Amino acid sequence: MNYEFGFYVFMLAAFLGFELIRKVSPLLHTPLMSMTNAIASISVVGAILLTGAEGASTLSRVLGFIAVVSASTNLVSGYLITDRMLKMFKKPGQPKK
Amino acid sequence: MTLYQFLYLAAAFFFIFALKWMSHPSTARRGVFSGEFGMLLAVVGTLIRHEVIDYQWIVIGLVVGAAIGLPIALLMPMTAVPQRTAISLSCGAFASALIGTAEYYKPGARPAFTTAALMVEILLGFLTTTASLMAFGKLQEILPGRPIVFKFQNYFNLGVLAVAAGIGVYNVMNPGDAQLFPVYIALAMAFGILLIVRIGGADMPTVIALLNSYSGLSSCAMGFALDNKLLIIAGALDGSSGLILSIIMCRAMNRSFANVLFGGFGQLQTSAVGQEARPVRSASPEEAAGILSDARTVVIIPGYGMAVAQAQHKIRELHDLLTKRGVEVRFAIHPVAGRMPGHMNVLLAEADVPYDKLIEMEDINSDMAMTDVALIVGANDIVNPAAQNDPGSPIAGMPILDAYKARTVMIIKRGMSAGFAGIDNELYYMDKTLMLFGDAKSFVASLVKEIGSNHD
Repeated sequence: MNYEFGFYVFMLAAFLGFELIRKVSPLLHTPLMSMTNAIASISVVGAILLTGAEGASTLSRVLGFIAVVSASTNLVSGYLITDRMLKMFKKPGQPKK
Repeated sequence: MTLYQFLYLAAAFFFIFALKWMSHPSTARRGVFSGEFGMLLAVVGTLIRHEVIDYQWIVIGLVVGAAIGLPIALLMPMTAVPQRTAISLSCGAFASALIGTAEYYKPGARPAFTTAALMVEILLGFLTTTASLMAFGKLQEILPGRPIVFKFQNYFNLGVLAVAAGIGVYNVMNPGDAQLFPVYIALAMAFGILLIVRIGGADMPTVIALLNSYSGLSSCAMGFALDNKLLIIAGALDGSSGLILSIIMCRAMNRSFANVLFGGFGQLQTSAVGQEARPVRSASPEEAAGILSDARTVVIIPGYGMAVAQAQHKIRELHDLLTKRGVEVRFAIHPVAGRMPGHMNVLLAEADVPYDKLIEMEDINSDMAMTDVALIVGANDIVNPAAQNDPGSPIAGMPILDAYKARTVMIIKRGMSAGFAGIDNELYYMDKTLMLFGDAKSFVASLVKEIGSNHD
């Protein structure tokens, strides 16, 4: 495993994150948080690998299963509520409901 | 490069664009689709990996998770968004902590670096799980919202963290010995609770953003432990986003991280009690309605009180009515108004206020002196001129909305109680200030009625 390479990836991604988030209008800070939160449910990848591995121990399966449930709860609710929030942001002059 | 690696790369690409498109309301929904698509690629990519053999529990888990997540997303009222964010942070961090724990208990030797990454993942995971649950409890008002402080609290908290760190290092050095591992988990959870007991309501925006950052960093550590670049990238994006938001929140209160986490702002609450009553001018809905309809420019300043009273829909009616009469109505949004970053914007957007009427602090302050009426609904510290005039004030140096510069200031308030910082507000006693005593929602409703009936 190449740790050094991992740190380069981390550094560049963190830097990119800073630059991108700085440009987000304060208007959208709440949806932004709920979306980055949904992106963090990428841990579902780890959970799937753990649960589905061949010959996994009972402990791994149980913990992995709980992790799949909680990560996918986070994933589904996070993305959907972000979209629900963003739908409410009306363009100036857009007719009201 | 195999197919799943290609899908992971594509997923990272779509995550980055998700954040890029988030920058403006006109592209933000595209950003969400991009994020969803990226996540789909990541999940599909993982499912087709040859290590994944047994699908049964994965599918059940995904279905159960979706079944819980769907109603949460669709039915949760917008006023509960801070709570939902907190509980969701807790879920994400819990998943990451459990995966770390299972990896740690897997038999067989692993490099010291992997164990170290697992320790970081587990510490941040469990800490964020309990801290977010505590934040949820406080926001939902299951737990008392007031900060709980005790003697030597900081030393105690840091002591807990230090012992946990010590055990973490021990576990890395002694790969075969898992005896202390349960203690490690317990300490991480305890530290999460201790971190939040001393946080009061107005510090929630900073803390929620910080917890968001921790949960991202936990995923990131998992990426290092599993040698998975996609996890590192997604975790780093989340981590930096949480960090930058909490920095923005700290700056908006002119406080440092250390001060938010270890300062115990709420202790000051007692100092304001027992001051002599000073005279204020109050006004009835009729008088206030008259002044508002004669104004040319009105700036409405919402605070957490608006959310509590659920007054946003009535306020939008007031906005519509005044706009129809030719009054220019805008909203001034302070970065820390409410309980999470951007809280006021979401509530007003829900009430159909167009987003070009929601003006940031720096942009509206220059217009404040030319404003006829500043109408303050459920805000206090963020308009307190003491932040500029009184160097000894606990909020000295905090950027405020310059409501005091407006020709007339109206404040809707239940009573004369002090704000979160526990300090009196000079604004209440100014000659041009009118106190409108009552519940925000019903008071604004009577304003709407007055203005509507007088001139139709």
